[in-house]
Amino acid sequence: MPHKPDQAARQGPRELVSPMDFELLLRKRKALKKELLQQSSLFPVKIAILGGSTTSEVRSMLELFLLGHGIQPQFYESAYNSFFEDIAFANPELGTFKPDIVFIHTTWHNVYRFPRALEPESSVDSLFRELIDRFESIWQTISARFGALIIQNNFDLPRFRSCGNLDGSAQFGRIRTLQRLNEHFSRYAQTHAQFLINDIHYLCAQVGLKDWFDYTYWYSYHMAVTPTAAAAIAQNVAAIIKSAYGRAKKCMVLDLDNTLWGGEIGEAGLQGIVIGRDDASGEAFLAFQRYVKELRERGVLLAVCSKNDLQSAMEGFSHPDTILKLEDFSAFRANWDPKPENIREIAASLNIGLEHVVFVDDNPAERAIVSEQLPQVAVPEVGSDVSCFPEILSNAGYFEPVSIVADDLQRGDYYSGKAKREAEQHTHKSYDDFLESLEMKGEIGSFSALYLDRITQLINKTNQFNLTTKRCTRADVDTMAADPSYITLYGRLADKFGDNGLVSVIVAVRDGGCARIDIWLMSCRVLKRDMEYFMFDALVEECIARGIQTIKGVYIPSPKNAMVADLLRSVGFAHEPVELEGRTSWSYQIPAPYTRRSRFIRNSQDVVTGHLPTQTIDSPDLEVA
Amino acid sequence: MLNRLQAIFRDVFDDPQICINEGTCADTVPGWDSLTNIQLIFAVEREFKVKFALGEIQELSNVGDMISLIQKKQQCAA
Repeated sequence: MPHKPDQAARQGPRELVSPMDFELLLRKRKALKKELLQQSSLFPVKIAILGGSTTSEVRSMLELFLLGHGIQPQFYESAYNSFFEDIAFANPELGTFKPDIVFIHTTWHNVYRFPRALEPESSVDSLFRELIDRFESIWQTISARFGALIIQNNFDLPRFRSCGNLDGSAQFGRIRTLQRLNEHFSRYAQTHAQFLINDIHYLCAQVGLKDWFDYTYWYSYHMAVTPTAAAAIAQNVAAIIKSAYGRAKKCMVLDLDNTLWGGEIGEAGLQGIVIGRDDASGEAFLAFQRYVKELRERGVLLAVCSKNDLQSAMEGFSHPDTILKLEDFSAFRANWDPKPENIREIAASLNIGLEHVVFVDDNPAERAIVSEQLPQVAVPEVGSDVSCFPEILSNAGYFEPVSIVADDLQRGDYYSGKAKREAEQHTHKSYDDFLESLEMKGEIGSFSALYLDRITQLINKTNQFNLTTKRCTRADVDTMAADPSYITLYGRLADKFGDNGLVSVIVAVRDGGCARIDIWLMSCRVLKRDMEYFMFDALVEECIARGIQTIKGVYIPSPKNAMVADLLRSVGFAHEPVELEGRTSWSYQIPAPYTRRSRFIRNSQDVVTGHLPTQTIDSPDLEVA
Repeated sequence: MLNRLQAIFRDVFDDPQICINEGTCADTVPGWDSLTNIQLIFAVEREFKVKFALGEIQELSNVGDMISLIQKKQQCAA
């Protein structure tokens, strides 16, 4: 049945559709900003930009791109080239600002000394240590003082070399020094979850050094990058920030004919489609498929939306040269219905919002109708030359991952299991029989180091089953895990079809004889599986163990979490009269004895509910009322 | 030339009413500060496919100067 376009969702400015024309964006930024500020429900984020050069262009473009992602930044901008002093000498203005994110915009110009030609290696190494210490000291101070997410530029390359090729190979070489610094920065990022690299070493090559750096702008305005480069940097940083707040795209919906292979399979048949090493465009389709497969392997969901007979469409993936296989797709729609309807159904079947979908189609008419009818869906203007598709999609930063956790790798597999579960459901007499047949095993524990990344990710991207929609940085999660006044619970769920991974989180904070639920969320992939009750049982038993008799909770409505408006009532909470801006308050007296709510999930072998793993729970503070 | 420049001014200042002439300078346009100046210079360079050398920008005192400089550069290139 036809749908009207969602009236609430507005189409963003055309200038922000990828691939973008940075020059046009730079010129029209003022009008674009005004237009983007009209959006409702912008998400506020406080960003400190600490610069090693003039940062105004980067700031103004970052603002534009973030507004494009529905994020409204508030900025603190360091005085010219005082990125180090602001932190080292604790600028009080920055202290009052309390940034959520600190972006350190430095370039190779901020390496205050490079080794001299033929400088002895020991002296080069001690200089290197000095340079590193200077940066590490401010990173550590930022983490300790603000707990903010740090985004740090690595180093770009200079436009000239005094030692020629030796600059890259000799230990005293300038390029070599920058490479070593970059290597060290990366290693720091690998061991610090709250520290992310903005890879301008890559960006400067992509933009090209002549467009990246311009002497006139450097000498006249102390801009270490051109306005074009500032736009490229801003786009990249915005993608990182968007991803840190759970706004990265999750699913790529793909057309088939002339997108994943050349020709029309319905007309030409399996033998007639172009894919493989036998000709130039066949190679290009192969390369695009490989790119898509790589996205799938790191957790991006794939779906097909094609105007074809289902059978011909599926047959394409039996071609000997195809890299993508049928099982790579979590949803498959091949029919003659309008694509916007199919895309709506795909999103619904995967339990994701349309704002998490990217649609890729070589046909401009299909792109036009999808972007018009579904303004929330990202529809890049990929054109019709498939050899350009990977770069256009990659540059847009849609699927920017701040980290790839084990659950991402399993996500696609989960959806294949989902299809089997749904098939199974139809063969059972009652839903209870079905749940029983799944042989579900749950694991609940307090937050532990292994899971902190996944927990942070879940907290920031779960929209529907989320009682309070409270978002947290990794540093916040670390704090909760370490603070004994918090009850922190994660839940994993497996069944006979596969492991759903870590799917639920509860955080409650102790307040005298009460525990107040701060966060209660669950991934929609395990809706109606008894998991919410299994989690609640664990919370209650933990409260009992701590001598807490009352649990309090509040439901904070958001545009997406209506499904949990009655969650607290459903587990036995009583409604309290206090109600403010749609928020409802609830209270639960733990009865003795307590009867478990969950009926179908067994504890996995190593964890027994009621005797939870200990880190935060058995701390000595527990006896204190 | 003046029309194309005017279009740039209207975009950069986001003011569709703005009218410039050869005498227009930073003092006569509200909001023409050093940051806006960078944006104007960049937009002009890209629009007319010219590259200002170091020192040339500092010499400009009004829109008329800018037009002559652009014309000079375009003739050199031709």
